Amino acid sequence: MKASAFAYARATSVANALEMLTTYGERAKVLSGGQSLLPAMNLRLVAPELIVDIGELTELRGVAVKGEVLTIGALTRHADLLKSREVAAHAPLLKDAVAHIAHPAIRNRGTIGGSLAHADPASELPACMLTLGATIIARGPGGERRIAANEFFVGIYETALTPQELLVAVELPVTPKNSTHFFHEFARRHGDYAIVGLAAQASIRDGRFADLRLGFFAVGDRPLLAESASKLVDVAITPAVLIEAASALDDELDPLEDQQATPAMRRHLAKVLLARCVSLLLARPDLGAGAPA
Amino acid sequence: MTSERENPQTLSALDRPNSYIGKTVPRPNLDRLMQGRGLYVSDIELPRMAHAVFLRSPHAHARIVGIETSAAKQMPGVIAVVSGRELSTVVTPWVGVLSHLKGLKSAPQSAIAVDRVCWQGEAVAAVVAASRAQAEDAAEHVLVKYEELHAVTDMRTALDPATPVIHASLGDNLAFERIHDAGAVDLAFAESDEVVEAEFVFGRHTGVTLEPRAVVADWNAAEARLTIYQGTQAPHMVQNIAALHLCLKESQVRVVCKDVGGSFGIKVHIYADEMATYALSKLLRRPVKFVADRVESFNTDIHARDHRCKGKIGVKRDGTIMAFEIDDLTGIGPYSMYPRTSAIEANQVVNLVGGPYVTGNYRARARVVFQNKNVMCQYRAVGHPIACSVTEGLVDLAAMKIAMDPVEIRRRNLIADDAYPCASPSGLRFERLSHHAALAKLVQMMDYDALRAEQAALRVKNIHRGIGIASFIEVTNPSAAFYGVGGAKISSQDGVAVRLDAQGSVICQTSITEQGQGSESLTAQIVGSVLGVSMDRVRVMLGDTDNTPYGGGTWASRGAGIGGEAALQATKVLRKNVLDVASAILQSVPGELDIVNNAVVNVVDGAPRIDLSELARIVYFRPDTLPPGVQPELMATRHFVPREYPFAFTNGVQASWLELDLDTGFVKLLKHWVVEDCGTIINPQLVDEQIRGGVVQGLGAALFEKCVYDERGQLTNANMADYLVPMSGEMPDIDVGHVVSPTLESELGAKGAGEAGTAGAAAAVTNAVNDALRPFGTIITEIPLTPQVILTALRRI
Ligand SMILES: Cc1cc2nc3c(=O)[nH]c(=O)nc-3n(C[C@H](O)[C@H](O)[C@H](O)COP(=O)(O)OP(=O)(O)OC[C@H]3O[C@@H](n4cnc5c(N)ncnc54)[C@H](O)[C@@H]3O)c2cc1C
Repeated sequence: MKASAFAYARATSVANALEMLTTYGERAKVLSGGQSLLPAMNLRLVAPELIVDIGELTELRGVAVKGEVLTIGALTRHADLLKSREVAAHAPLLKDAVAHIAHPAIRNRGTIGGSLAHADPASELPACMLTLGATIIARGPGGERRIAANEFFVGIYETALTPQELLVAVELPVTPKNSTHFFHEFARRHGDYAIVGLAAQASIRDGRFADLRLGFFAVGDRPLLAESASKLVDVAITPAVLIEAASALDDELDPLEDQQATPAMRRHLAKVLLARCVSLLLARPDLGAGAPA
Repeated sequence: MTSERENPQTLSALDRPNSYIGKTVPRPNLDRLMQGRGLYVSDIELPRMAHAVFLRSPHAHARIVGIETSAAKQMPGVIAVVSGRELSTVVTPWVGVLSHLKGLKSAPQSAIAVDRVCWQGEAVAAVVAASRAQAEDAAEHVLVKYEELHAVTDMRTALDPATPVIHASLGDNLAFERIHDAGAVDLAFAESDEVVEAEFVFGRHTGVTLEPRAVVADWNAAEARLTIYQGTQAPHMVQNIAALHLCLKESQVRVVCKDVGGSFGIKVHIYADEMATYALSKLLRRPVKFVADRVESFNTDIHARDHRCKGKIGVKRDGTIMAFEIDDLTGIGPYSMYPRTSAIEANQVVNLVGGPYVTGNYRARARVVFQNKNVMCQYRAVGHPIACSVTEGLVDLAAMKIAMDPVEIRRRNLIADDAYPCASPSGLRFERLSHHAALAKLVQMMDYDALRAEQAALRVKNIHRGIGIASFIEVTNPSAAFYGVGGAKISSQDGVAVRLDAQGSVICQTSITEQGQGSESLTAQIVGSVLGVSMDRVRVMLGDTDNTPYGGGTWASRGAGIGGEAALQATKVLRKNVLDVASAILQSVPGELDIVNNAVVNVVDGAPRIDLSELARIVYFRPDTLPPGVQPELMATRHFVPREYPFAFTNGVQASWLELDLDTGFVKLLKHWVVEDCGTIINPQLVDEQIRGGVVQGLGAALFEKCVYDERGQLTNANMADYLVPMSGEMPDIDVGHVVSPTLESELGAKGAGEAGTAGAAAAVTNAVNDALRPFGTIITEIPLTPQVILTALRRI
């Protein structure tokens, strides 16, 4: 469980990091919080020739609000997000989500940029990006690129980033005042990756959803912004409507099998989450008991 | 969390002023460990020390066609690349059998596989290099050509004629079979009003120690002596076996065992890679370190509990249990583990089923089969969780069938507290147990009736909670009946030497070992109390075959009961010797003097007569001033082994209170209670910690832990992300209560407490889940109780 030999460089600036990434391409790996990269290296699942440590690029760390946009630097730690007043005020969903990521020791090191670039389909933050309509900002040899979250995640551990690019920040529209959210995941133990999770943002008018965005995770090879949510918008929700939405959701899911759950179980739990989410957001306990079949 | 206990009955030598017995005192080794000054094997660095890495088989069963090492040998830092055949010139193979387990057979096992690998993870070559990283780099360049063989993985078909035999020389895949028949089972079932059957399935799991297995072997060619630094529970056993297979005399092997980061039975065995490390040191004439990494720990640390057990119970409508019958099947991997064998677990299941209950009608069969998976052997509470889950599961099923409360059916069938001594249907002898007192105490601690009322009230609100009860017995303080009688050179006696130093402090050497249980603490408590000195004056040394008396070590819940008694007896002798000298110095008689608080005092008025430091000064530096003919002996040694009973049985009962989410299959543990009876309690905190830690391992088995193999014999979750150990976030508060029935085998009266928690926890949880499931017409008799298992049982997926 020792990584194979590698060279190490601490980037002195974004430009310096990009220079090295351009030279080494796929043979280099960016080191951010190291919470996913180092275990993989120690298990010899990856063996980069060069590690580009971006840990000292303080310009990549921090949360700022400008107008209607919340900008989060790639190097912002999970623990920073949890403590940030800006996040609590303008993206409260994110705060709830981060509390489910691993344990304090890992949250103290792991970063949002690392989590998004790593693109584990069971991760909380990628789904939140979809739900919140984030824009991911990457810088590469050709300059800056702005990538919509729904185009960023392309497969298991796969993103739209090229090996020469550095994820530098994400931008989120600040959550509207009358908006509300739901975050829940099923995990075997506190801090484990989710078996299935849901990050939802909604606005509610007269007991109905005026808007509903459902970002599911661990239901496929990438996070899913469920289109079936539309079945629940601008209608009076009855058990029958919920069942219909659940069955539409079922068609959108493409869950994987792993140690904790079969695809069938993931489908079932996603529907349970949907019901609980709708029930909780609309304050309708009658909708929450049991999963719609 | 609360802890309730009654005052232990005090005993003469212990019932002294300032006694530490029955008191929670801090462990003397805490500061050392908390300040990072412990000495674990990984901390040991010796001059010229090299690092061994084992190349392990990716196949469950394969012929080794060829091993190409030349490229690896050219890699930086590499000292040697050694195959099994090369190493076999240094270390001889072994066979893990014991003669008292009649018919047990196994095949010769080598330190590194020769010609054939029999499980995924078996070592095929060792790479020795200047650093672990270099050895791992080089290991990637060792090319092994395998020819895959059929892997026998399913224990249910291992004995089928169509299944290939793993070791041709053995004739079949049956390692061991035991049949037991007591009373009149058929008649009893015929006379029962109800007969209930179920198959209980247990997930194969392992005891994940914080510190992995680790060894530094240092062959000193000039002295012709091997020093082994190893985290082991049984240093003298390691000494004996290393000597035997390296063709040395025991006097040529020293085993040093400093701090150990958890063992749980994992570190009481002889592992092939550890033997290989000793042999590599001898071969290369230099110190060699091997520290298992987490992946190889999962693949090579013994696994346990892979059982499928069919059970049957007969019951009268009045609740009388008429008979138990079981048919147990277990797969142990390709070899019986050395030297304790892999038949003990199944043997224990046969021994223990039905143990708490009166009925004498009991029939059992246990079959132990070979398969191409990692080896299985003894892990904390060997066989107990299986026997307890089967017994208590059957008792609850019977109660359900006749609509009787689970507490009530136990009250009607547990052996009466005044019926001792008596024996179990499997022939185990009980000196004194306290099932009814323990159950009564449990019912009161958990407020059983109120809990039942709460459960009923919540059901109406669609909240489904369950209560599960499990009575148990636990084997502790084993005599030679465990291993010695079967021919194993595993000592069942332990020894303690105590001596007064020149300033009146005590140096104590004991043959029991410390892996976190508090052996050091309890020994110091006993020595301090019996001698009459404060604990800070007692220094306890353990884990060194050159410097401690000969003994078994710490396993099978024996350290306190056996090693503690040896400490008590040795200290009594030292005390007498000190008082003899004191009476000579003071011109008094021994009967008029006592030792209290580090000084010799008058018995009558407690007046101090002479400090121990002054006495020691006279003895060591001015013996010329002593009366003629007085030869002080300020060192004493005593050994102890129980002789009357082969085992000191303990008993207890556990309860679980949990909530089941019907939509998700998740179980939330709300509370857990244990009442147990380990006889004299030396240190209440240590006992409660043992119970709680044991319960947590049992809860891990109940809900989380399982080594998942695929049909080709590949372990698919050999990492801490996929193999789920129980973590604090999911653990309930665990309340512990005690009943105290000291054993009369020893003056100390202590029985063991190390495994009671693990013995009954899973049974209590399973019973509670089934209690919660009661309205839904389904029963689950499989652990771990994962959401997948529960949702499937509820037909939700
Ligand atoms: C025990 C444990 C439990 C965990 N549980 C969870 C969990 O429940 N949920 C969860 O979401 N995560 C979990 N994680 C992962 C954790 O959140 C990581 O922090 C995160 O996935 C990666 O962030 P990092 O900063 O550590 O990235 P690193 O490990 O440093 O990097 C991860 C990958 O992203 C690339 N990368 C990093 N930064 C950039 C960048 N700016 N631009 C381009 N590429 C980049 C790296 O090259 C690497 O390939 C867990 C980790 C551990 C060890």
